[in-house]
Amino acid sequence: MSTIAARPESALMPKRHYANVKHSVASWLLTTDHKRIAILYLISITVFFAVGGFFASMIRLELLTPKGDLFDGDTYNKMFTLHGIIMIFFFLIPSIPAVLGNFLIPLMVGAKDLAFPKINLLSWYLYIIGGLLAVWALVKGGVDTGWTFYTPYSSTYAKTEVFLAVSAAFIAGFSSILTGLNFIVTIHKMRAPGLTWFRLPLFVWAHYATSLIQILGTPVVAITLVLVGVERIWGKGIFDPSLGGDPVLFQHLFWFYSHPAVYIMILPGMGVISEVITCFSRKRIFGYEFIAFSSLAIAIVGFLVWGHHMFVSTQSTYAGMVFSFLTFLVAVPSAIKVFNWTATLYKGEITFEAPMLYAFGFIGLFTIGGLTGLFLGAMATDIHFHDTYFVVAHFHYVMVGGMVMGFMCGLHFWWPKMTGRMYPATIASIAAIIVFIGFNLTFFPQFILGYLGMPRRYHEYAAEFQVLNVMSTAGASILGVGYAIPGFYFMWSLFFGPAAGPNPWGAKGLEWQTQSPPTTFNFDEGQPIVVEEAYAYSIGGSESVS
Amino acid sequence: MAQHVVPPSTYVKVFGGLTILMILTVVMAFFNLGVLNPVVALTIAILKALLIVLFFMNVKYSSKLTMIFVACGFFWLLIMFFLIMPDYISREWLTPAIPW
Repeated sequence: MSTIAARPESALMPKRHYANVKHSVASWLLTTDHKRIAILYLISITVFFAVGGFFASMIRLELLTPKGDLFDGDTYNKMFTLHGIIMIFFFLIPSIPAVLGNFLIPLMVGAKDLAFPKINLLSWYLYIIGGLLAVWALVKGGVDTGWTFYTPYSSTYAKTEVFLAVSAAFIAGFSSILTGLNFIVTIHKMRAPGLTWFRLPLFVWAHYATSLIQILGTPVVAITLVLVGVERIWGKGIFDPSLGGDPVLFQHLFWFYSHPAVYIMILPGMGVISEVITCFSRKRIFGYEFIAFSSLAIAIVGFLVWGHHMFVSTQSTYAGMVFSFLTFLVAVPSAIKVFNWTATLYKGEITFEAPMLYAFGFIGLFTIGGLTGLFLGAMATDIHFHDTYFVVAHFHYVMVGGMVMGFMCGLHFWWPKMTGRMYPATIASIAAIIVFIGFNLTFFPQFILGYLGMPRRYHEYAAEFQVLNVMSTAGASILGVGYAIPGFYFMWSLFFGPAAGPNPWGAKGLEWQTQSPPTTFNFDEGQPIVVEEAYAYSIGGSESVS
Repeated sequence: MAQHVVPPSTYVKVFGGLTILMILTVVMAFFNLGVLNPVVALTIAILKALLIVLFFMNVKYSSKLTMIFVACGFFWLLIMFFLIMPDYISREWLTPAIPW
């Protein structure tokens, strides 16, 4: 067995904690404890990640050869549609907020629970109902519109289970809204004494910005999906030109939410990275206020850029120019974060635990994903890259290289807090490196494929693209192994891992001042009082130390 | 903060107001006011929304923070309209070199 990360010799598992206070199934399914709900989400999103991953592997398997020899075109369309719907609506959007946010925000602000515990449980049930509808759509024959449900194909012509899939996304949207509402009220109203806004962990700031997007954007996509249903069922002309509608209007309404949704996915990951980088550099974060406000700036400016998805629709060229300019603006707050994380590392006492390896992966891959986004935000280059594998590579660098890396980073960082147990550090580090290698081998060739002109969403391709596609499929296999390994050692850790103690990483923050795992009401020793800034590590000075 | 208790009569009055506005919506549909059609329709819709937000959603009796959040919600809606409209207004400005 490999070494165990930072295990304190004297740590013992506490006798009473949130997970063993009651054991019945009902005590889990009817719980209002934010930590138990987070665990319910963790199990659920892991299942959906596996389902979405299955479709991804089928896509890559089909693309191993230029001929469509595994699936026909219609089946392939369903594969990538279900991969997109499940991964975006049922994994990426809820992953960090609903799992880590749910578990940690009350702990980080020194509260007993979220502001509305019953609404928190309701949001999980809505998520599950939405997820089951998506699975039902899958079982009944699938959907072939792509996850974007573009009209008029989705509203008029598609013969597949569009209505079920749209309903699934609609219901899951309410889950997202309720989670965001809960976080905003909790952060405003339930902070511990002394925990001023500028002493909040940047994880909390990131979730505050994310929640704003969830509340302001999600209702728009919900209404848009209802309008698709209205046109599909009753034939009312809204988006279909043959009925007097405008398909570009659908794209406006859809992307008004779905571009900011990218920031719903990535902002919480950025929050995780801010926590991990400081902890494993033993250093105060560089430019706290800039990172905090850049989260809000991303949330706000992210709402103004959606038209860059529509440069080759019939959107006006003048509107496209405005959207292109605004798209370049949103790169500024993202760059602020990357520069500040890098500056935090400078002269830090850096150690390379598994969470830190994932954090390094996040910074590098997100930077590539972000910079290639500028190619797509510029109108001239987007004409060439639109609907090619360049786009696929770009958003996977942001979503998988960024967000999934962030999620794995956070899961490895707070696993000892969530379960009270450590995992094998060496194996975890090896898994992180395998994920990094597998990811790059999967998606970097796709940049080249897109640059060379290979279009996305086709099950056959020209023979000259095969070598790069074989590399990509081989990378996907390595990536799959990289994701499977943590599944095994986390399960091992759950039963056999050594006790972690309250603060195995020597990290700052209220969540590390209570036992691991915490009790039902988090702080049995009494209401915590905050007397220092968020990252009062020994290097870089702090208001309480200097 | 103590919860403000709204007398039931207020809700009845608001319900009456909403009913009148609904009847007005139907009646106005029979008159063609030309360019004023959307203006009248939107004015009635805004009045209805205001009544619901202020009274049924209790925003009138809520804290300033709640009011700010509600205002932000409407401001965001305006952003959506504000950035979609230029597309529709300027689509015809450029005549395509090759007519489709």
